[in-house]
Amino acid sequence: MSSNTAAFGANLAPAEARSPQERVTGAMRGYAQEIGAISAFRLESCIHCGICADACHYYIATEDPQYTPIWKVEPFKQAYKREASPFAPLFRLLGLKREITADQLEQWQHLLFDSCNLCGRCSLICPMGIDVAALIEQARHAMFEAGLAPKELYEKAAHQQATGQPEVSAEPYRDQLLAIAARFGVAMPLDEPEVAVMLCVPRTDIEHYPSAVAALARVMQHLGLSCTFRSDALVAENYGYFAGGKDWQRDISMRLIEQAIACKAKTLIVPECGHAYTALRWEAADLYGKALPFQVRHVTEFLAEELQAGRLKLGAAGGGTTTFHDPCQLVRKGGVNDAPRALMKAMGVDLHELKNHGGFSFCCGGGGGVIDIDRAAPLRYRTMENKLREVDDTGATTFLTSCSDCRRTFDDAQAHFSWNKTPQSLLELVAANLAGTANPA
Amino acid sequence: MDLLSLARGPLLKVAIVVFCVGVVWRIVGFALLRIRRDHSEPRASLLKSVGDGLMAVGTRSWPHPEFIGRTGAGEALGYSYHLGLFALVLLFTPHILFLRSLFGVSWPGLPSSVVTVISVLTLTLFLAVLFRRVTNRVMRLLSNFDDYFSWFITMLVIVTGLAATAHVGGRYETLLGMHILSFDVLLVWFPFGKLMHAFYIFPSRAINGSLLARKGAVS
Repeated sequence: MSSNTAAFGANLAPAEARSPQERVTGAMRGYAQEIGAISAFRLESCIHCGICADACHYYIATEDPQYTPIWKVEPFKQAYKREASPFAPLFRLLGLKREITADQLEQWQHLLFDSCNLCGRCSLICPMGIDVAALIEQARHAMFEAGLAPKELYEKAAHQQATGQPEVSAEPYRDQLLAIAARFGVAMPLDEPEVAVMLCVPRTDIEHYPSAVAALARVMQHLGLSCTFRSDALVAENYGYFAGGKDWQRDISMRLIEQAIACKAKTLIVPECGHAYTALRWEAADLYGKALPFQVRHVTEFLAEELQAGRLKLGAAGGGTTTFHDPCQLVRKGGVNDAPRALMKAMGVDLHELKNHGGFSFCCGGGGGVIDIDRAAPLRYRTMENKLREVDDTGATTFLTSCSDCRRTFDDAQAHFSWNKTPQSLLELVAANLAGTANPA
Repeated sequence: MDLLSLARGPLLKVAIVVFCVGVVWRIVGFALLRIRRDHSEPRASLLKSVGDGLMAVGTRSWPHPEFIGRTGAGEALGYSYHLGLFALVLLFTPHILFLRSLFGVSWPGLPSSVVTVISVLTLTLFLAVLFRRVTNRVMRLLSNFDDYFSWFITMLVIVTGLAATAHVGGRYETLLGMHILSFDVLLVWFPFGKLMHAFYIFPSRAINGSLLARKGAVS
């Protein structure tokens, strides 16, 4: 183990107490479940060039080599070579790769959770074409099996798996949804038995941005679509995904899948939440075991399709210059690049792109559950400085994004840095500029 | 049997067998692991995904403009010594004759004086690569025995080759024997270490490029 590796202890929930041997066994079991031909090929292909560091905002901000993306999976590279690679017996016989230890795994918790947003920028720079972020996501699964998910993510995931909500709320989300409907004067279809479109909401929006929830309902109402929220599957986020708990991720996804099937929805709309999009659009079907019987669309993607089909008309948004933050999970890892720009163009938004935008955008710093990990905050703020500078450099007066967790992260930065920008929701801007509507959200 | 006869006779044959069997086993050994079927709805057709993956083989050869400011110098160094190696392996007449004996095809070579200059330049670049690996904190952290031994054995082949062609450091036959012996060692080491990237690089780029293209994401 390198002395360069962070001297962080483990940040654990009480339920994750394990013996060192149980940790190692759990990690190996978890990792063995992940290793397939593609991931093995990725591990085989690394040439230790270190170029991935130059894409990672944690390394760029700190120049600390431990934040090199591929180093974050070093214990699992080691385990793969020793246990599963074609020459594994040779590595064991000659002692070329040591067994991973519980201490090593505990130290890597900081690298795999506190200092990785799963943003995937490193996957675009690797000259060998390795998807490093995919390896890190698999390593998180192994860490979860070792009982080493950070306590904040573990507890939220456990709560969401058991109750459907990642945390206890003052009022159940269902009641909050109805209160938002009353407050904003918008219809909030709930538990309709048969619809074309099923909706869900980021818990972040319910807690922090109720106007975004109202905007979603208002846009759907404007389009005249038969749609519904479902009381048993309101939350879009998947803390199982963040924590690396694959079974819990499956259980949480299945709530939405089962409800979408129950109401015979043709489309499940993921609201402004990047990781919910990855979990539902790209990973849910695999956890379900077959193709989903409905399509999954991000709300901006869905609205852009409606726009293109001529069913959605938008008025001019007005205002000054605008810049847009591309949420990593939507754009870099999800391909939703053109949809937000089509919507902004339709509203006549004077878009000034960030220096790094589209697939190359820097993460907000809060992705991958990092915004929820308390001890990660100081490092997160360091990484954010570059992003905030990019936003400032555009000279834009309006700052938009299409992910509520990104929005929350920027809001948090605004408070921390006394920053003068307030991130706004693209969906809310659309809802405020529906052609023919006189009652903007 | 003298060193030269041993190195280019039985040892070379053994090295080629180890190389071939090792390379095949290293690839088959992981390729036979399971491939999970992706049940998600693709954004791009299979044809486009495959096409974009093949495009990524080329496009990933040069950094995206967003990265070049941070990586350009390192990548230029990497490309330079690889080009030097290719020139030495493929354009030195004795090597062409050796390859013709294996594959039955040949092509014109460069004059020996040019090859000597390329050898010296490549050696210099190799030293720069090592210097970078031990002074760059990221590379030093990532490096292990594989990195240093792969560097060492490749360097040894170049040094002994240069010594043999320049007749410096001993009898020509002995120097040539050492050159071929070091090449034998390189062949034996090849399947076990990072030199395998020669076989991995293009399929790795293509596979990742295809998977990203399937999602409609940039690769």
